[in-house]
Amino acid sequence: MDLTSEEQDMLAGNQGRATQKAMEILVALGRIYGAERMTPVTSVQVAGVSYDNLGEAGLSFLSEMAEGGGRTRVLTTLNPAGMDLENWQALGISPEFAEGQERVINAFGRMGVITTCTCTPYLTGNVPHFGEHIAWAESSAVCYANSVIGARTNREGGPSALAAALTGRTPLYGYHLDIHRRAGVTVQVRGRVSSNDEYGALGKAIGQKLEAAENKPVTYIKGIDSASVDNLKSFCASLATYGGAALFHMEGITPEAVQMPELHDVIDIAQSDIDSALSSMNDAASEDVDFVSLGCPHLSIREIARIASLLKGKRVTKEFWITTARPTKQIADMMGYTAVIEASGAKFAADTCCVVAPIKDRFHVIATDSAKACYYAYSKNKFKTVLKPFDDVVAEALR
Amino acid sequence: MMWRGRVIYSGSVTGQAIVTRMGISFFGGVDPDTGIVVERGHELEGQSIAGKILVFPTGKGSTVGSYTLYRLKANGKAPLAIVNRECETITAVGCIIAEIPCVDHIPVQQVSSGMQLRIAVDGEEAVVDTQP
Repeated sequence: MDLTSEEQDMLAGNQGRATQKAMEILVALGRIYGAERMTPVTSVQVAGVSYDNLGEAGLSFLSEMAEGGGRTRVLTTLNPAGMDLENWQALGISPEFAEGQERVINAFGRMGVITTCTCTPYLTGNVPHFGEHIAWAESSAVCYANSVIGARTNREGGPSALAAALTGRTPLYGYHLDIHRRAGVTVQVRGRVSSNDEYGALGKAIGQKLEAAENKPVTYIKGIDSASVDNLKSFCASLATYGGAALFHMEGITPEAVQMPELHDVIDIAQSDIDSALSSMNDAASEDVDFVSLGCPHLSIREIARIASLLKGKRVTKEFWITTARPTKQIADMMGYTAVIEASGAKFAADTCCVVAPIKDRFHVIATDSAKACYYAYSKNKFKTVLKPFDDVVAEALR
Repeated sequence: MMWRGRVIYSGSVTGQAIVTRMGISFFGGVDPDTGIVVERGHELEGQSIAGKILVFPTGKGSTVGSYTLYRLKANGKAPLAIVNRECETITAVGCIIAEIPCVDHIPVQQVSSGMQLRIAVDGEEAVVDTQP
């Protein structure tokens, strides 16, 4: 790889042990993927934050990087943690877990990371513009940044994203290059999607066809008339979870969706494909739901306002977690939504979510509007799942 | 036998090979406390990779797997080295942060479990050969 003198300096260890380790990671990735050089990045999103996934060893790596002088050079934010950093006791988190999680957050803080723990950094101040080179982990946010915003990132893991943060660079390959951003297959959607659960089902239907294709081409999606930001974040999460996709183009909606001249293969998605994806994520009855969760990906303030209007003056009958970024919750506090929601008995779980919190064995059947949440509820926690439109999920908590 | 490959993380070691034709997912697939493969139905299920030269085609699974390699190293249960046909991000990053020698572009189907292997680094190239 062609390294600048500054980059060679980092690699030689002249800027500290942590920076050197970071550059070693980036150079190795660059060599594996045939990058000719590094590119500067302006924004980083780091994954690998939940103590549940990191354990003591992961924590000791982060501490080592902090002690080794690692400091962020660009705006860097975090993925969800394993708990609400302020209100963990009310959510049934053990003090031992909380202590480990706090040490993880402190290690990131010492490196200058902005410790907002969210999978929707693009809703809370870490917002790249079109064409900007960034290094993001968190598969749903990667898909959103590449596709909906038109920024450029590969699917980073925790350590490689941290390495980008500590050096301000990432190897130039993959989705940073025009050639890898072109669509390789057209997806013609012939069914109707309007709610988050339906967008999630569409993501699963397309994602599974991509998995079967193996080479995972970038998709050019036709047949969607309109989609809200909330719909798109649900769709991105599902397409990334079920199809490993980092980028799609959606005609009339995403900025790089210009029809490609080459002949494409076409994947047809019929109404029956969407319906069968929906039913595959409904393997339990409403009566059996013992856990209700909204906020995968983290809720927008518009969605929280909607929950407040649905819960006003009512009492929930089940454990109901509302997961969002702390800055978004602070807007909810300011607007009085938090008070209305908490008066109903529902609980805010900021900084975390039902995918990364240690909730195995605590519940059996989850109700959600998120296809991604269904995947992890089943694979990580062995829950059965009930997937419904947003308003109907709130109704599940009330019945 | 001797093969030339690409250095992912540098280091010269000699040890016994443990070989699988299947991919390895370190997160969820290997117990970070014991080094034993726990993925259901895996060729190496129940066997320990600790202190061996682990030979497999390519990694798979969650990116958290990089941290699993680091945890194995911290617990003294890491493989001595890793040899791949094609190394991917999770294994590469794991080997770098855990400082486990790693080589790829090796025809792993020619290696069998129990062989004594020597890995020697020569610049960006590594030489893997079998010891009598």
